Amino acid sequence: MKNWQELPPGALITDPGSSRNFKTGSWRSYKPVWIEENCIQCMLCWIYCPDMSVKTSDGKRGEFDYDFCKGCGICALECPGKKGKKAIVMEEGGN
Amino acid sequence: MAKLIASTGNEAVANAMRLANPDVCSAYPITPATEIMHNFASYAANGEVTTEMLLAESEHSAMSACIGAAAAGGRVVTATSSQGLALMWETLFIASGMRLPIVIAVCNRALSAPVNIGCDHSDSMGTRDCGWIQLYSENSQEAFDNMLQAFRIAEHTDVRLPIMVCLDGFITSHSIESMHWMDDAAARAFVGDYQQVNPLLDIGHPVSYGQLALSDMYMEYRKAHEQVMAKVPGIVREVAGEFKRISGRSYDLFESYRLDDAEIGIVVMSSAAGTTKDIIDHYREKGIKAGLLKPRLYRPFPYDEIARALQHLKAVAVLDRSDSFGSSFGPLYLDICGALSCSAQRPVLINKIFGLGGRDYMPEQGEQVLDELQNIAQGAPVRAAKEYIGVREAAC
Repeated sequence: MKNWQELPPGALITDPGSSRNFKTGSWRSYKPVWIEENCIQCMLCWIYCPDMSVKTSDGKRGEFDYDFCKGCGICALECPGKKGKKAIVMEEGGN
Repeated sequence: MAKLIASTGNEAVANAMRLANPDVCSAYPITPATEIMHNFASYAANGEVTTEMLLAESEHSAMSACIGAAAAGGRVVTATSSQGLALMWETLFIASGMRLPIVIAVCNRALSAPVNIGCDHSDSMGTRDCGWIQLYSENSQEAFDNMLQAFRIAEHTDVRLPIMVCLDGFITSHSIESMHWMDDAAARAFVGDYQQVNPLLDIGHPVSYGQLALSDMYMEYRKAHEQVMAKVPGIVREVAGEFKRISGRSYDLFESYRLDDAEIGIVVMSSAAGTTKDIIDHYREKGIKAGLLKPRLYRPFPYDEIARALQHLKAVAVLDRSDSFGSSFGPLYLDICGALSCSAQRPVLINKIFGLGGRDYMPEQGEQVLDELQNIAQGAPVRAAKEYIGVREAAC
């Protein structure tokens, strides 16, 4: 850890992308769980996630990025699911 | 060529801003600072400055725009008063924490409620611990000179902190006084160009402003801020020395007036210091050794230097143009007490609250204070450590 004499003036960050190193997943008190069989791949969770914690590949939704998901529950709220069954549910307990 | 002209404090401040030719000015009008922006906007409209003017929807937004523009790399100015400064309060810490050398002129005005537009120092005193540098001005000349020096102090590479130049609302901001203008070329050369060290718009060297620093880092940033503030007095003196060479006018951390051999003294800031000097001259003519200390650099407060200047006195009255509610003393008094707390020898200190909400500070008030100090110096007990003066009381 840097001491006060070593800090950049004005609390600047001069190393782009360094927020990747600051994992915020431990802040969760609720954890979103993806139920793939109820997922219609509408990507609303990906659009709404404020922390870019819905991973995708080949245009399809994948698992959550639990290193950065803070458990806000917006994805679960927005998820339309399939035939009345949510594809994302919030479980109590963060990790 | 230096000219003697008649100017209000606000015109003087706007003219100093013109000479600095800022990149951005974002402001919201408020009495009695409105006229500064009124004048400066004319300069911008007439092409006398190349400043981008941003009219914000509030002072909170005005200061936020100043912060953004300063982070982007610009020289930035604004002006406000009273409620406007109070509304900026949240963002003041952001400007100082990001070490952005924004220059603001504050026409000191009372705070509501009750609504009042007259002068007192409640507004800027409320922001004294926001991490900004504060300079106080006695008259239009000092407001002009402080404003020019403010750019140099704030933008100094060892400092890079925002700065507040305070002048008394109406008393200084709107009164016409004779003052020395400065030659444009000399003033511009003195202020110089500004080069931001880490501008946001330098895409070759990307930086982020406004990071999170939790309990593992925050305290180190605060310690670093405290330490950079400690460098300010030296820079203020260095800039004042350079300013004297081009203007002939001397400035220091504070002004000592007939203080060296004084036995009793008054500490007071801004326009009231001018009135007090006259009173002191009258008392000196009567053979009474009275003196004055007028703080100029109030933040950071030059504790050691002020202690050395006051410790030989027998009795000192600190006149505060704002109160610190909570049965406490005025803010200036507390700082003076703090300055003298480590001195083995120190004067008896009393606190007077005066001139709130535009109430005139009359010579008789200063005379009564000096008479009281003389009694204390001769051994009389202190009647009241803190007292309002110039206020109506019920007859006992």
